[in-house]
Amino acid sequence: MKLDRRAFLGTATAATATLAAPAVMGSARPHVVVIGGGSGGATAARYIASGAEGAIDVTLIEPSRMYYTCYFSNLYMGGFWDFDNLGHDYGNVALLGVNIIHDWAIGVDRDAKTVTLASGPSLSYDKLVVAPGIDFVDDAVPGWDVSKQSLMPHAYKSGTQAQLLKHQIENMREGGTYCMVAPPNPYRCPPGPYERISMVAHVLSERNPTAKILIVDPKENFSKQGLFEEGWARHYPGMVERIGPDFGGDRVEVRPDDMEVIIDGQTQNVDVCNVIPAQKAGKIAELAGLTNDAGWAPVMPADMRSRMDEDVFVLGDASHQGAMPKSGFSANSQATVVANVIRGELTGSRIFPARYSNTCWSLIATNDGVKVGAAYEPGEDQIESVSSFISQTGEDAELRRQTYEESIGWYNGIVDDIFG
Amino acid sequence: MPKLTFSSILLAGALLAPAGVFAQATPIGDAEAGAQVYQRECASCHQIGEGALHRIGPHLNRIFDRRAGSYEEFRYSEALSRQGRDGLRWDLARLHAYIENPRALVSGTRMAYRGLRDEKRRADLIAYIRAYSDQPQNIPEASPTALRAEVELSEETLAIEGDAEFGAFLSAECTTCHQRSGDHAGIPGIVGWPQEDFVVAMHAYKQELRPHAVMQSVAQRLDEEEIAALAAYFENLGN
Ligand SMILES: Cc1cc2nc3c(=O)[nH]c(=O)nc-3n(C[C@H](O)[C@H](O)[C@H](O)COP(=O)(O)OP(=O)(O)OC[C@H]3O[C@@H](n4cnc5c(N)ncnc54)[C@H](O)[C@@H]3O)c2cc1C
Ligand code: HEC
Ligand code: HEC
Repeated sequence: MKLDRRAFLGTATAATATLAAPAVMGSARPHVVVIGGGSGGATAARYIASGAEGAIDVTLIEPSRMYYTCYFSNLYMGGFWDFDNLGHDYGNVALLGVNIIHDWAIGVDRDAKTVTLASGPSLSYDKLVVAPGIDFVDDAVPGWDVSKQSLMPHAYKSGTQAQLLKHQIENMREGGTYCMVAPPNPYRCPPGPYERISMVAHVLSERNPTAKILIVDPKENFSKQGLFEEGWARHYPGMVERIGPDFGGDRVEVRPDDMEVIIDGQTQNVDVCNVIPAQKAGKIAELAGLTNDAGWAPVMPADMRSRMDEDVFVLGDASHQGAMPKSGFSANSQATVVANVIRGELTGSRIFPARYSNTCWSLIATNDGVKVGAAYEPGEDQIESVSSFISQTGEDAELRRQTYEESIGWYNGIVDDIFG
Repeated sequence: MPKLTFSSILLAGALLAPAGVFAQATPIGDAEAGAQVYQRECASCHQIGEGALHRIGPHLNRIFDRRAGSYEEFRYSEALSRQGRDGLRWDLARLHAYIENPRALVSGTRMAYRGLRDEKRRADLIAYIRAYSDQPQNIPEASPTALRAEVELSEETLAIEGDAEFGAFLSAECTTCHQRSGDHAGIPGIVGWPQEDFVVAMHAYKQELRPHAVMQSVAQRLDEEEIAALAAYFENLGN
């Protein structure tokens, strides 16, 4: 496995970046600001900068110096991946000519076309890309808010939450209960919670085989359900129980201080509680006035352009685009389309019709990988799926192992595409 | 320019046809003539018939409808094993494609054989090999008839001048999985291939000659201009 971006360049990014942007066209050069250096934003920044070869100034605003991918964080929990291998710095993105500012964007003035940073200054832009990922909906699970995230972790955003949850699972009392409060649609990575269940079951069946797993789920059904349920029955018989909306899975509250979960009025004591609340676009999208009532930012299917402002593009999890699942793969795919359009509009380079794609792999147990994916194209009002595929139940072990190996190939491919 | 055609089958049609219809299908070819072709082209590496052993290549008894790369005790290339796991089976169409141009169907195959272009000789050869498969009468008869609906990757398709700039745009979809650097682990590298090999491989996925759901889906929505554009872009990426 090759994951060698431990370069310490990341710490000196700002300086490197300013030097790296050649001053060929003086101040007349158009300026693109990208908010959020995750799967979507970092891809967009790098594709715009490297494609434009100095004709566009690109500034990426991202508070963290290291991006820890959510993808493969479940594998980390299952003991299949190192935490360090989830982290990627921005050194190479800076070398490609992106000016990186490690700060929060706290406001957007779309009339003046400026973005305000937490440290004070404002940046003006010609085109703005907004890719802040998700935030949690307030009060989605009564009793829970982010101040309780160390008692009941979500582990659903980049960062140290995954480590905390892993620690809690590994140190759970013998025969204890791990409970997941699963999110309602739409949320990032549809199979993510269920891959996590698989990984938790893997750990518990080795360390704590009498432990139980309880999923409290507001949804009737979920992504790759047949594949997951088949896998749980085969690898972890009797361990996983799921309470759907028919039994109150949609009427749940929690008491983090007492480690209690109340399902349809009935109190349950649990030992580890993983609350994944309902989600909405990252806060800054709302502050910028780009979101709808549901909290997501609607965009045009052809190029991810905001429906509120033609100089603003929203991509990745924060966008409301149609059929594509909220995934790192989708965000990366959308970002390359946005980059092509922005370059075209600012420099006159060729603009090609959009095409999007996504594949999501999940690991169910050792060497038991499955996948689901589709190709997408812009429709009249939204992005539509044009063809799709999914792993089948009952596939043989060799194919499942190969699918798992492919997922590792994909991980290395996508982080190389974004941060390499 | 060397011609790198390969035959393929309009598979969807073949699969949809009701099973009984082809019961009286035309014979695959002339097995007697095929015996001679076999001696000239294959016998140096493959044994066939009673007591046949693995040599440079595996023996070819019971090859029909068998999963590719599945003889015990033969060490296959990773590429052929992978396609076997993906679901490549030696039906008539795939045997034709593999024998015509081994690397078009399985890019990384170790079978160092240039391929047999002549369709008639190939058909005779396959008829000969088929006699060494179990109960040949039970092998689905759809394929021989379907051969009549053969489409070729035409000279024109291969001659399309790829638009590398367009290819660069399209390549973004690919590099989510296939690393630009050519590094690979779990997913093969596709950088620096001769354009023709690339084009042929992509059409083999598009026409579902090669198995693999992801790549079939990727290839199916690419038209020939786009495949040519990608081939042009990836060929020079390594340099
Ligand atoms: C457990 C789990 C497993 C997953 N598995 C997969 C998988 O296998 N495959 C897959 O494709 N996807 C997977 N995903 C989904 C994937 O992580 C997300 O869909 C993807 O990261 C979305 O990219 P994004 O750019 O929209 O947002 P993010 O990657 O979350 O990036 C947003 C960035 O914006 C920054 N930001 C936020 N607000 C501001 C602000 N105001 N100013 C500046 N910066 C800001 C954040 O710091 C962050 O770095 C998984 C997710 C989870 C939780
Ligand atoms: C130079 C040696 C050589 C020649 C000549 C050759 N083959 Fe092969 N063949 C091989 C090798 C080696 C393999 C294994 C390929 C791999 O692992 O990628 C193979 C594999 C095969 C397979 C796949 C077997 C399996 O188990 O999946 C078939 C079918 C086949 N050859 C048919 C033929 C036919 C028919 C001919 C004659 C037209 C022929 N080969 C000529 C060396 C040869
Ligand atoms: C979702 C991941 C994914 C994407 C996206 C993807 N591929 Fe693939 N590709 C694979 C896998 C996995 C294989 C191996 C398939 C097999 O076993 O036949 C493969 C195989 C190939 C091969 C044959 C390699 C060989 O050694 O035989 C070519 C050529 C190829 N891909 C080209 C492309 C092109 C061009 C694109 C973009 C238009 C693309 N791929 C997009 C995963 C992907």
